[in-house]
Amino acid sequence: MVEQQLQILRPETLVAEFKSIGVTHIITIPDSETNYLYELMEKEDWLDVVPVSREGESMAVALGLNVAGKVPVVLIQNTGMMESGDSIRGMALDAGFPLLMVVGYRGWTRKGHTPDSAAVYTEPFLNAFHLNYYLVETDDDGARITDAYNEAVKTKRPVVVLIGDEYHGFNR
Amino acid sequence: MIESKEVFEAFQEHRGNAIVSVQGTSGKHWADVTTNQNRDISLGGAMGQSTAAIFGLALGLPNEKVVHFDTEGALLMNLGVLASIAGKKPANFVHFLLDNGCYATTGGQPVPNSEDIDYSVIAAGSGYAATYNFDDLEELSTSLDEIMNQDGPVFVAIKVPAEVENLPIGMRERRVSRNRGQTISDLRSELGIS
Repeated sequence: MVEQQLQILRPETLVAEFKSIGVTHIITIPDSETNYLYELMEKEDWLDVVPVSREGESMAVALGLNVAGKVPVVLIQNTGMMESGDSIRGMALDAGFPLLMVVGYRGWTRKGHTPDSAAVYTEPFLNAFHLNYYLVETDDDGARITDAYNEAVKTKRPVVVLIGDEYHGFNR
Repeated sequence: MIESKEVFEAFQEHRGNAIVSVQGTSGKHWADVTTNQNRDISLGGAMGQSTAAIFGLALGLPNEKVVHFDTEGALLMNLGVLASIAGKKPANFVHFLLDNGCYATTGGQPVPNSEDIDYSVIAAGSGYAATYNFDDLEELSTSLDEIMNQDGPVFVAIKVPAEVENLPIGMRERRVSRNRGQTISDLRSELGIS
């Protein structure tokens, strides 16, 4: 039987990981699960938040920033990630640069099944694109963000962190 | 209308040290005009997303003038990028649009509402700092100094004739050009970015 998740993931944990990594830009479309994170990031003077209009833009903007010598991170939801297939292919995978993609795992329940098709297709989508991914559910998992980034740097590929905390206070 | 090559020849006079990106069938003429290939960049690779990539480059290089020659077919695939760009107000970004009204590379089929759409109005409404419309070479030429020396983002829509390609891709004339990775490598070397 799956145990109940007791801890939460605080947005401050993500911001601390981003700072530790040396992230310069967050390219994002806010969603209902990350609103407080968005507010936190806007307050940081070492971080430039770049809002985009559709998730497919985010990988392209990240490529341009990488060419300029910056350290971009994409922050989107799984629904938008699936919309972005051609950009992930052409702007991230084919371009061959390290890209950390932090993806809200809408519909994730930890119970082995979900009524939300966004969650049903998330991991099959990642597997179809041969994208490695890490699950982050609580503060204790925070170091996986750095692990994922280090893997992206080593492989010069996008690596995904799935934020599986939709129902546990991530939005405060 | 203005021939695409004439657009590039007029622009070259005002390029200065700008980083330049070109797109589409019209963009091929830039290779015959440019005098500084190390500052020419190609970030295409996904449908309609090169503009977003050049936008990212402009954000990352705020002390460099960054110029992008877009096409209307590509822009229509991701029109929201105009709002994304306007929202960040990159003062160093100049966004040209070479509008031939069709998908020239696939045989010349018209883009949606090609006869009546006004891209400069859309850019202005999205919040660009300045927008222009040209279909006359002399008017373009006399405005380029102003275009290149004001704070952006600036949007410049230009009507150009279509150069339709109907041959199967494998039978088309192949132009020698640097690939995306080479342009990235050359630009980074030029700018001293490791």
